[in-house]
Amino acid sequence: MTFDEIQQKIQGKFPHAIQGVEDSKPDRALKISASEIPAVIQFLRDELKFETLGDLCAVDYPALPAFCVVYHLQSYTHKTVVCLKAYLPREEGVQMPSITSLFKAANWLEREAFDMVGVSFTGHPDMRRILCPEDWQGYPLRKDYVTPDYYNGMPVPLFFEESAVSDQGGHAS
Amino acid sequence: MIPSDSVVMTSVDEVLSWGRRNSLWPLTFGLACCAIEMMATGASDYDLERFGCGVFRATPRQADLMIVAGTVTLKMATRIRTLYEQMPEPKWVISMGSCSNKGGPYWHEGYHVLKGVDRIVPVDVYVPGCPPRPETLLEAVMMLQKKIRVQQSSLGLLGALRTPA
Repeated sequence: MTFDEIQQKIQGKFPHAIQGVEDSKPDRALKISASEIPAVIQFLRDELKFETLGDLCAVDYPALPAFCVVYHLQSYTHKTVVCLKAYLPREEGVQMPSITSLFKAANWLEREAFDMVGVSFTGHPDMRRILCPEDWQGYPLRKDYVTPDYYNGMPVPLFFEESAVSDQGGHAS
Repeated sequence: MIPSDSVVMTSVDEVLSWGRRNSLWPLTFGLACCAIEMMATGASDYDLERFGCGVFRATPRQADLMIVAGTVTLKMATRIRTLYEQMPEPKWVISMGSCSNKGGPYWHEGYHVLKGVDRIVPVDVYVPGCPPRPETLLEAVMMLQKKIRVQQSSLGLLGALRTPA
């Protein structure tokens, strides 16, 4: 099954879902509107036999500006992969529909996307940080992230002013 | 009557430090790839037990040596401090590998890594390497044993006897 066939089948089923095609290497990607993502992925899983969620991650594009959630679905039946991208407005507390009801593998991946970039997934059973400590401030993989000077009274940067040591976490510079 | 060849004259310091340095009980505690080398050091090829340092304990309350083997993330640093405080005195710390010495490859850009475990616990011996080979860790253990030998070990003990619990 080629990329064009997949695109046509999604186009036939969801006429308004596809917002465009990204001509990226090595595989092209389909831009899907965020609200249609669960329906399109369910269609890909049940009808087109994309049985496996290969990856799910979030990317920060401050130049656009946008957050992008990237889905890689794999099909053992057709021996192929397809990449879906959903662009979201780049704002605090932005919401994205969860696909944990379709793929259990999405549970931790969505939590990681939330932890690192700050995209929140609605319908997720356990939407909290997965890697960073629970009381961590900010989202480290955002391009405008500033490393805090202190965390729980521990200095974070390699070089720091000894006199500035305080028990205040976060930005204590 | 005591036979003359069964009497040894020595000091309390010497006996205490002899006992301490030859039965170091490390905490079973690995954070990253350095822990693999630490396991190899404890296994039969290198055999840390030869130096009286092989009884890895699963609880800090029975351990007196903490080998910080691996990357100390800020999330883990709080736990390391707790584990260190749970260990009974006297206690020693070996910082194993570049990560726990000074942050390792995360020394500049790592927002999540503590730049040296000596920022939260006192370190006795630093082991360079990424990760250090088992021979290097053995050298560090022997160096620590030399260090314990010259410590005045009875001072703390006598102090503890004088102070009511």
